[in-house]
Amino acid sequence: MPRRVPVGSPLQLLLLACSFALAGYAGVRLLAGDWLGVALWFAGAAVLHDLVLLPLYGTADRAAVRGLDAAGHREWTPYVRVPAMLSGLLLLIWFPLIAGLVDERYRSATGRSTDGFLARWLLITAVLFGGSALLLALRLRRAAKHRPPAAH
Amino acid sequence: MRDDPRLPSSPGFWRSPVRGSWFTSVLGLVLLVGITVLFVTGLVSYAAYNPNLAPVNDQTPDKGILGFYLFSWPTGPPWLYRLTQGTHVTLGITLIPVLLAKLWSVVPKLFALPPARSLAHALERVSLLLLVGGALFEFTTGVLNIQLDYVFPGSFYPLHFYGAWVFIAAFVAHAVLKTPTALRTVRARRDTTTELVSPRPDPPTVSRRGALWTVGGSSLLLFATTVGQNSDALRRTALLAPHGGANPGSGPGGFQINKTAAYAGIDPAETSEQAWRLVVTGRTGSVRLSRADLLGMPLYSAALPIACVEGWSTADQWWRGVRLRDLAALVGYDDPPDVLVESLQRHGAFRRGALRANQVADPRSLLALHANGEDLTPDHGYPARVIVPAAPGVLNTKWVGRMTFGDL
Repeated sequence: MPRRVPVGSPLQLLLLACSFALAGYAGVRLLAGDWLGVALWFAGAAVLHDLVLLPLYGTADRAAVRGLDAAGHREWTPYVRVPAMLSGLLLLIWFPLIAGLVDERYRSATGRSTDGFLARWLLITAVLFGGSALLLALRLRRAAKHRPPAAH
Repeated sequence: MRDDPRLPSSPGFWRSPVRGSWFTSVLGLVLLVGITVLFVTGLVSYAAYNPNLAPVNDQTPDKGILGFYLFSWPTGPPWLYRLTQGTHVTLGITLIPVLLAKLWSVVPKLFALPPARSLAHALERVSLLLLVGGALFEFTTGVLNIQLDYVFPGSFYPLHFYGAWVFIAAFVAHAVLKTPTALRTVRARRDTTTELVSPRPDPPTVSRRGALWTVGGSSLLLFATTVGQNSDALRRTALLAPHGGANPGSGPGGFQINKTAAYAGIDPAETSEQAWRLVVTGRTGSVRLSRADLLGMPLYSAALPIACVEGWSTADQWWRGVRLRDLAALVGYDDPPDVLVESLQRHGAFRRGALRANQVADPRSLLALHANGEDLTPDHGYPARVIVPAAPGVLNTKWVGRMTFGDL
């Protein structure tokens, strides 16, 4: 006798059916225009995030940890990771302004220029890494002070 | 093969010691609250456009029951839209690190085998595509729209509105299924299951608490560099936000501009003293008024902000002009009706906008001729613009050419 496919919780099935019905009602309206473009954006956002962005920053992080580990300074990881993450996050969100992709429209619509965005992002990045380096230096100095004098 | 740690389908592939149900639950509960606020403020913004009033206000005419809750948008308090939409956009940006961290924390489940343990589980995974795709679609379209980067496939309003409903359908189902476990886990202050916990974790580089602080710190940085675009005093602290930094000019007309006269295609020849006439139509016919005629009518003042759907706003500006209700009275309406306002602007979704009777009736609703004691500048709508308390920026039509009073 073939094995029966387990159904799972009936309450969960009802809840999901309700959810799909509402999503379908809104979905046909969402797809009413350029349906292919919208579907690509919707699914593409998930695919790009899960299969490109996340592996990319995961690999970069692992490489940084390995590199520091090889240098014998695994505990320095946060001092690299945190400023890199913050700077990358700002770039990810404000990329159109920072890269000047919208310069013409932005200038003509708002009466202001996008010139400052790249400079400001670079300065913020410099402050983040500089601040992190300063904290690390302070920590190393403190550790050196409290270290017992080397035995002769 | 399932347990080959070189494959992401194996739990051993995922090495971070931070992952676990406690970390995911904390982030999930933050998103539960945050996304609820985002959804509600989004619906509020939709209502603020009064889409049911007239086709010109309605970017989503086939909304059907999704507009079930619509109500007449009030005119007070005057900072209402400034608050709700500032919250919507600022909170959305602030939540991005939380969303990304949450997705990172559960990514092993994407690859877990078998793909489905039961019919319900299979459907839940389909629902997760709507949840994750929907969240990223909503955040991406929002973030691009406020930077005027209109690369998405269609008009922002229907995409962001219908996308929100698709997303929230999946979000509610997910919240109902997961919130009880998340609450239990957070109360227990530890992982309540081995799911998501790496079976062969790397030595830690950061504690879980430390990882959570990092996410919180990222949100704080985004908040601190964005929130200032809602305040003239703090604008310079909004270092990377589209309407942060310096004001476009100095002096009485130097405040933030949504669309300049050049962008709207306003020809200075049409707005000159000789050429420009305001056509006001109502029950008793039409009157044509020059700017001098308008200046001869009783003038009133109102201190009101400009608040944009893009999540930026100005402090109160001091507007002076003719009350909308007085213009209605001029064409035979002592009891103010709705009005259709048309701009000289040639194109753009909101070159025409409709205001409801309650908005026309408010004594602070003006056809403004002056801002901050000077004539309006061309970019702020010279010769005359509408300013209505608590209305979204685009309904405060600039370069007004025609006003038609009556039931719309």
